Amino acid sequence: MKNTLNQVFHSGKFVVGFCIFMALLAMVIFYPLFVPDDPLESIGKGTFFPPGTYVNIYDSINATTKYSINLDDATEKRIASKLTEENKKDMKTWLIMDGIPADQIDTSDISSLLKLWENEYSKSKTLGMTYAKQRYYQRLNASVQGLLSKEGLTVMQVDDSTGETNEIATIQQTDYVNVKQVANVRWFPLGTDNFGRDILTELVTAAGVSLQIGLVAGLIATFIGLTLGLISGYVGGWVDDVIMFITNLFTVIPSMVLLILISYSIGQDKRGAFTIATVIGLTSWVWTTRAVRSQVISLRNRDHVNLSKLSGHSTFNIIFSDILPYIMSYVIMALILQISSGILAEASLSILGLGPRTTDVPTLGLMMNWAMIYQAHVLGKWWAYLPVLVTIALITFSMNLMNTGLDQVFNPALRD
Amino acid sequence: MKGYRKYFLNKLVWLFVTAVFAFLLNFILPRLMPGDPVAAITARIAQGMSNSTGMKETYEQYQRSFGLDKPMLTQFALYIKNVFSGNFGTSFSQFPRPVSDILSSSIWWTICLQFPAIIIGWLIGNTLGALAAYLKKGFDKVIMPISIFVSNFPAFGMAVILMVIFGVKLRWFPTSGGYGFDLIPDFSWKFIWSVIVHYQLPFWSIVIIAIGGQAIGMRSMSIYELNADYVKYSRFMGIKDNKIVGYVFRNAMLPQITGLALSIGTMVGGALIAEIVFSYPGLGYTLLNAVMGQDYPLISAVTLIITLMVLIANFAIEMIYGLIDPRIKAAQSD
Repeated sequence: MKNTLNQVFHSGKFVVGFCIFMALLAMVIFYPLFVPDDPLESIGKGTFFPPGTYVNIYDSINATTKYSINLDDATEKRIASKLTEENKKDMKTWLIMDGIPADQIDTSDISSLLKLWENEYSKSKTLGMTYAKQRYYQRLNASVQGLLSKEGLTVMQVDDSTGETNEIATIQQTDYVNVKQVANVRWFPLGTDNFGRDILTELVTAAGVSLQIGLVAGLIATFIGLTLGLISGYVGGWVDDVIMFITNLFTVIPSMVLLILISYSIGQDKRGAFTIATVIGLTSWVWTTRAVRSQVISLRNRDHVNLSKLSGHSTFNIIFSDILPYIMSYVIMALILQISSGILAEASLSILGLGPRTTDVPTLGLMMNWAMIYQAHVLGKWWAYLPVLVTIALITFSMNLMNTGLDQVFNPALRD
Repeated sequence: MKGYRKYFLNKLVWLFVTAVFAFLLNFILPRLMPGDPVAAITARIAQGMSNSTGMKETYEQYQRSFGLDKPMLTQFALYIKNVFSGNFGTSFSQFPRPVSDILSSSIWWTICLQFPAIIIGWLIGNTLGALAAYLKKGFDKVIMPISIFVSNFPAFGMAVILMVIFGVKLRWFPTSGGYGFDLIPDFSWKFIWSVIVHYQLPFWSIVIIAIGGQAIGMRSMSIYELNADYVKYSRFMGIKDNKIVGYVFRNAMLPQITGLALSIGTMVGGALIAEIVFSYPGLGYTLLNAVMGQDYPLISAVTLIITLMVLIANFAIEMIYGLIDPRIKAAQSD
């Protein structure tokens, strides 16, 4: 046993897969200890907030200490963040019509563009434009001038009893607060989803639930497959014929179709995560049965099995102590594959809208389903679907790496 | 030829048995579930109906049309009769369109998308896998991890990623539909071009996934064959490498064909999900709409058609396998 483990952990592929998997598992276990938030709580009022740090504006105005910092490029950055690409293009169009050669106008260099604009623009130059166009440029100019102003903002508060507005603070353009001194700062490393939930928290929980679904489905499938395979391979005869008939039937009938039919028949309200896991397990045992059966058949007539038979051991005993140990490595490999395909099956079902009901727990498939329904991929909200895909891919990839590693240890023909 | 006929008949009987079983499952599963499906259906149809006699009549009409008041066996006969006359009932979500009409418009999209994609993916995957086994070293080191990663990637994930890169960012291909939404199906060049352009992303997303899985299988098969005695013997005989590779490839190919027959169901399942991502007007997308619209007759018909398609594809592959594997003929004529 120790020797086998030693061998397994010397396989590069297995170790890489194992490390990725353990990292994911550690994340799933330890993250909730540090961030105990409810993963399904809608925090954001609105959909798809991009990843980043969210600083409370109210608290930053009222921050205890304000710092004054003079930075040369502050104004430029501020304007750059306000001017859209379209604004810049329009400014360029106007300047070209005004007679400035196009190669002198660089829309990426904000300060020179603004300087040029300030020098050239005047309301009286109509340049033969329609009235609507003229008005548009007047407005654009006004907003540019507003951006260029050096005055601060005044914060007013309405006094409820008198109805007067009182000035409570003035914010200069050079005022800063230290983020640490702002009372409310929330970090969304992966933004929020369409319901305004924190995606990272949701993703970690979902990964945990999906792993559990995979585990339950895998255990059920492996158990059924192992039992049927052992009986069919060892007992043989008509039992073997019947079991193989059923197995062959379920091999050709796509399990996806079965899953769809059963999940739909169960109905949305009764579909918990573990019901789905059970259904997946019940529909995916055929491969294990086939593999175990063929292994058992090759073992059935080995000398030690015959010896056991002659010594009068019971069938049950022979299967457990003379056959099972020989195929254990195989069964573990099958279990690993079943877990990863169970996770994929749940995801596929959920995308069809037949996954677990949406109110209890998030799963990777449900998150993907929500992202697709709310068109995150078309709208360019990558944080809503990409982390989910990467997580699914990492889980299945790590499991398959472990499987390939084990395969190479136990199956010398495949070694390099 | 006699042996082959036996093999063929054998497989035909098997096709028949599996088809009967598929019908049976499709018939029985929804009926096994708790609750009264007809009551659920009437509740949907009768939404906003305040007339209780009207509701009762609707209920009884459905009861009759599904034959639920008769014994199970009669029900099954009725069901089989309906299926064979192409009568799958009326769709709920696209009322009053008959289900068979919806299916006949979507099935061709699926067949034209999935079968070429799976076959091409299978061919490319096998070639790459054999090359990886034969060339080893550098090529193998690159192809294998990529193949493992790609084959573990969920089909919908590949679809989403291709779509975001080539559809949303680069705008080379449209992101959804089977043809331009402003076109009416006809045989003009514009329409055909639109179909071709819309075809690319769903097609390649299925192909890439298929390549990964097949390459891994073919690689291990080829490695196994390359170490076989006949290869060593041929080497000693001084037979040219090219010729040996040809033998190896042929021998490694046979299990791969069986593998294709066995995995075609899974592949079709994955490809249906890829269709959904691209809103491709095939069976997958129809299925999604049916699930969304709680359209039971449509779901049942789509799953049945998919199963039958897989069974027939399976049968076809096994026929081909029988033709090219000499052992089959030998075994059957004993």
